[in-house]
Amino acid sequence: MISLQDSLAGAPTMPLKTGETPRERRPAPMIFLVVLWLSLLIAILSLLTLIVNIVLEGGSRFGLPLFTEYPASSPDRAGARPAILGSIWVIGVTAVLTIPVGVAAAVHLEEFADKKHWFNRVIELNVQNLAAVPSIIYGLLALAFLALIGVRDKNIVIGGALALSLLILPVIIIATREAIRAVPSEIRDGSLALGATRWQTTWRQVLPASVPGIATGSIIALSRALGEAAPLLLLGALVFVSFDPNGLLSGFTTLPIQIFNWTGRPQEGFHELAAAASIILLGLLLLMNGLAIYIRNRYQKRW
Amino acid sequence: MFAGRARPGEAVIKVVLRVAAAVAMVTTIGIVFALIVPAIGFFREVPIFDFLLGDRWAPRFADASFGVVPLVTATLWTTAIALLVSVPLGLGAALLLSEYATPGLRKTLKPILEILAGVPTVVYGFFALQFVQSTVFREWLRLDTGAFSVLAAGLVMGIMIIPTVASISEDAMSAVPMSLRQGSAALGANRMQTSLRVVFPAALSGIMAAIVLGISRAVGETMIVAIAAGSQARIVGGPLEQGQTMTGFIASAALGDSRVGSLEYNTLYAVGLLLFAITLTVNFISIRLVRRFRQAY
Repeated sequence: MISLQDSLAGAPTMPLKTGETPRERRPAPMIFLVVLWLSLLIAILSLLTLIVNIVLEGGSRFGLPLFTEYPASSPDRAGARPAILGSIWVIGVTAVLTIPVGVAAAVHLEEFADKKHWFNRVIELNVQNLAAVPSIIYGLLALAFLALIGVRDKNIVIGGALALSLLILPVIIIATREAIRAVPSEIRDGSLALGATRWQTTWRQVLPASVPGIATGSIIALSRALGEAAPLLLLGALVFVSFDPNGLLSGFTTLPIQIFNWTGRPQEGFHELAAAASIILLGLLLLMNGLAIYIRNRYQKRW
Repeated sequence: MFAGRARPGEAVIKVVLRVAAAVAMVTTIGIVFALIVPAIGFFREVPIFDFLLGDRWAPRFADASFGVVPLVTATLWTTAIALLVSVPLGLGAALLLSEYATPGLRKTLKPILEILAGVPTVVYGFFALQFVQSTVFREWLRLDTGAFSVLAAGLVMGIMIIPTVASISEDAMSAVPMSLRQGSAALGANRMQTSLRVVFPAALSGIMAAIVLGISRAVGETMIVAIAAGSQARIVGGPLEQGQTMTGFIASAALGDSRVGSLEYNTLYAVGLLLFAITLTVNFISIRLVRRFRQAY
């Protein structure tokens, strides 16, 4: 489909810049532009205020003991070691559970599914809808599922990972579909013309070409799971955990839950700890997002 | 479509892929069943009209009462405040990015919005309680408010939702054909007139979808309200009052250990079902609106 925009390619997209012609220099357009800038600046300033506030509150408690100590009843001795290890366990298991299923589902929908078949249309609609279901509902689902299969101790790593997996599955499916869609059809046609089967084409051409997109989407989805607390609250992850998690059936708590716990305590010392743990969490998330952006810019092919 | 002849193993692979895709459907069915079965148990003991219309929420008292209206009023307050913040600011940011920003500027500003979207909600909750409510409202402004308020929770939730509103409505604005803008400019309009009278109306269904998705996120957000909005379920009469939202109730009730099948346990799912029904309706509206704006050009 050729639009007017394409046919004008090469021409400047919009010849006017604000303030360059008299009609842009009247008061109303200038005030309008200031208002637009203000709305973006308020958002950025809020982000800065949040970061500065967290660093000021938690900076003094940010140190080695935070990483090595166990939670304690006195804020001076407490640390987030089990929460950090718990987060690593839960996110690791979540990644192993979700990425293969999400990629397979996306491959089915993009490369094999007959888009007009009712089954595939229902799945499409489902994926869109699931992406907007409140996270706490996934907690209710996991809680009901564990009750159904008769698990009495619901605060276990695999239970938390299950809830988070279902939560981020739609995110990974949507990101993978976009990555697969970005592979031009000439690549597929070429492979098929040489006698490859559909699956050989997918496995040897389409998937390798979409790995950067899949990686970016998966990292962003996992960073969302890392910051999520609501579904885990329902599994009782708020209990006092003073041991290192060591397996799929081990009890656990995670960083966001630990922050929630400390925020709710009356003593000021725990609030500082909550802020210090927030620094760790924000740092990890920035690292993951940075990695995702790096992969996107470094490895994404331009066809 | 005339691919090489499929090998026997590939039939198996296709089935595996289809099963993976079906997980999405199984999840939805699972959610519906997980919510409805305990909710039926709940409605056997509590008449549905007492639940939907009752104005006293005290599930754990001796004379228990299950009127959900107080929870709904708190959710309405936090959602309305969040929208008052996120809709104007999000749309302003979207117009700036799509109509004014050079590609270079857009490349710097969009990642900042992405970071804003990536901050964990529990950190936003800490910020709402410790900074907005306790430092700004109580120490600096000396407002007549307690330890919690729906205003602090709603304001911070609004900031959290700005990127959602901004990015979806920017997509809709960027999809408006350049020819419309050029036509408008040729008729003598300046950029403000073009933005407000041409781009904005043309992108309206996408903008509505962005707002609707913002509503869905605000209604379903849990950690910010659980930390900063309060924990007493009373009808909220003003922004400086505290109040427990639907999600806030589910989060706080989860802290107590309730036996599977007890009325307390079933209550969680009745509120969860109401929450799911609200967000599902809102999501369907959003999906329909997005489809409309995709078909527009």
